[in-house]
Amino acid sequence: MTDPLIRYVVVPLAQTVVILLVLLGIVAYLTLAERKVLAWMQVRIGPNRVGPRGLLQPIADVFKLFAKEDLVPAKAERFVFLLAPILIFVPSFLVWAVIPFGETFTVAGVPVTSFIADINIAILFVLGVSSIAIYGIILGGWASNNKFSLMGGLRSAAQLVSYEVPLGFAVVSVLLMSGTLSLVGIVEAQRDAGIWFFIPGILGFGIYFICGVAETNRNPFDLPEAESELVGGFHTEYSGMKFAFFFLAEYMNMLVVSSLAVILFFGGWLPPFPNLLAGLWQSPLLSWIPPFIWYLIKVMIFIFVYIWFRGTFPRYRFDQLMAVGWKWLLPLSLANVLLVGIGVLVLKG
Amino acid sequence: MTDQRLPSLFDVEEMELSFGPQHPATHGVLRVQLKLDGEKIVDAKPIIGYLHRGTEKLFETMPFPQCIPHTDRMDYVAAATNNQGFCVAMEKLLGITIPPRAAYIRMMLAELQRLASHLVWLATHAIDIGAITPFFYTFRERDAILDLFEEYCGARLTLNTMKIGGVPFELPAGWTERCSALVDGFPAHIDEYEELLTNNRIWKKRTIGIGVVSPEDAIDWGLTGPPLRGSGVRWDIRKVFPYDRYDEIDFEIPIGKNGDTYDRYLVRMVEMRQSVRILRQCLDRLPAGPVIAKIPKVLRARDGMVYGSVEAPKGELGYFIVTTDKATEPYRCRVRPPSFVNLQLLPDMVRGHLVADLVAVIGTLDIVLGEIDR
Repeated sequence: MTDPLIRYVVVPLAQTVVILLVLLGIVAYLTLAERKVLAWMQVRIGPNRVGPRGLLQPIADVFKLFAKEDLVPAKAERFVFLLAPILIFVPSFLVWAVIPFGETFTVAGVPVTSFIADINIAILFVLGVSSIAIYGIILGGWASNNKFSLMGGLRSAAQLVSYEVPLGFAVVSVLLMSGTLSLVGIVEAQRDAGIWFFIPGILGFGIYFICGVAETNRNPFDLPEAESELVGGFHTEYSGMKFAFFFLAEYMNMLVVSSLAVILFFGGWLPPFPNLLAGLWQSPLLSWIPPFIWYLIKVMIFIFVYIWFRGTFPRYRFDQLMAVGWKWLLPLSLANVLLVGIGVLVLKG
Repeated sequence: MTDQRLPSLFDVEEMELSFGPQHPATHGVLRVQLKLDGEKIVDAKPIIGYLHRGTEKLFETMPFPQCIPHTDRMDYVAAATNNQGFCVAMEKLLGITIPPRAAYIRMMLAELQRLASHLVWLATHAIDIGAITPFFYTFRERDAILDLFEEYCGARLTLNTMKIGGVPFELPAGWTERCSALVDGFPAHIDEYEELLTNNRIWKKRTIGIGVVSPEDAIDWGLTGPPLRGSGVRWDIRKVFPYDRYDEIDFEIPIGKNGDTYDRYLVRMVEMRQSVRILRQCLDRLPAGPVIAKIPKVLRARDGMVYGSVEAPKGELGYFIVTTDKATEPYRCRVRPPSFVNLQLLPDMVRGHLVADLVAVIGTLDIVLGEIDR
């Protein structure tokens, strides 16, 4: 046994610092990736001035946002106005405490897990913590004392609440299959079953991803910040780093939703179909690529789909969005839970 | 803040919202005073005048040919048809017949301009509804068209490309070939835009049944251009009062059925295809000869008045010009801008819809504030 001080203090601290830094880096470069990919879709070049091929653009953006004047509108509710970006930013980082992205490895004889904590109700933790962000949006919209912001905040609150329900049911269908609430457990269940959950749970995955796009306020569900209608939505009045917090939180939420999709439906860090391909292809490559990279590749595919959506779709109208959520996704997700439940009963006896 | 009465929980209050003039979706400096019940529009009042430049008054102070550059600044995304309108009216007043080659060049410039203007409309309309990608595709083609304009007259936006009695320049060498290549490639580009939008479920949901105008209303309110044709009225100045040589050209006027935003979208898309057809015919038949009629150096009018109009991309663009004997400048020039007339129907079109539909309706009316405020 290693020293408990190392085991319970040093290692988690180091993990936290590393994960935070890596995440910040990934999020910063996501903004660049989005601009570049969109540019390719739209016969443009995208940022290419700062650094080689524009690779230093995110750093320049951060400096710019730091240097911007940090305005608080004269009639804004000061305290709440300051609180809102924090409320939205902190939960988006907090959920990473329980998200696993690899297997346990050892550094200098000390076992290091690829997650900060594996709590037995991890999925509830993620859903619960990420729901706090709604307060940030609605309070930010209200505290700005701007009618456009208020409308954006209200739209957003209604949207998030109504899409959380089918999203929850889609997750329930996975829980039925895995029999555990722990995210590590869910991935291990997929390894043991030899099949990723998106195959039996294809409907659940569809519902999950649509709701996920709505949860992150991305096109075609980007009503809260619909630029052409509400100028900037709930963050119209925010500038400088406060705006950056909203912005980073949006990208972080994209990462969270994509990560959860990978963990719940696409086998987390597992290489693709090891037991199916083993016979066909004795794959040194598949096992040589570290689990973390597999995980990253899968997440990036989802991120690409996000950007692809943005380049393709127009935006839903508010009432149509609610109709899709309540009239289609909710009944579908309930039916999905029922179907998966029957399937699990029949197969597992 | 004199009313200190506390609002009770169930007092429903209408919210007033000033939409614009600084707003990304109002296509310039339009301001719409909205009364909202939640997100529902109870009333909308367009407020204009932020771009008033006194163009009509300016016309009274300058010789006829000098008025033309000022017409450029009205509908600044379709300057060629503005020039054409003024020239057509003046030629009617002075009794000038323009040479056939001049008429054909004018028609080509006007149809290129119609394409360019419709491309801007499509780009902004789509971006208002949330589809950002068509913007870049349409502007790619629009740039190619503006390149042709630049080659012909040296300007890209404020063209000043027509003269009373014809057009100022002969076509540069190779221009017709380049125009021909553009025209041949254009239908494929239109297909590309339609692929992104026409059958898109979200696009249809956002546009079908939005801002419906009945044919009767459209006629009563004096709508022209695509908003009128979208309601199913077959009316196009190019057909009913042909000017230049449009009577020699074979083309169709597309009309819609339901008078909603989607129909107006379809009408404009077909109009682009018809413009391509007109351009093709013009290029094939381009006659030889002078490009400007023999007119005196200083144009002097008689006592009289004239109304001349053309089919601008946005509707009927008319000039009503009053002149006095031997005058070199208009006594009064009243412009009938299509956007101004079409905008009148905005409150009726959006009442009862949601805020999101307001931007769709503003987009579908295809207004340009430059010609509304003049």
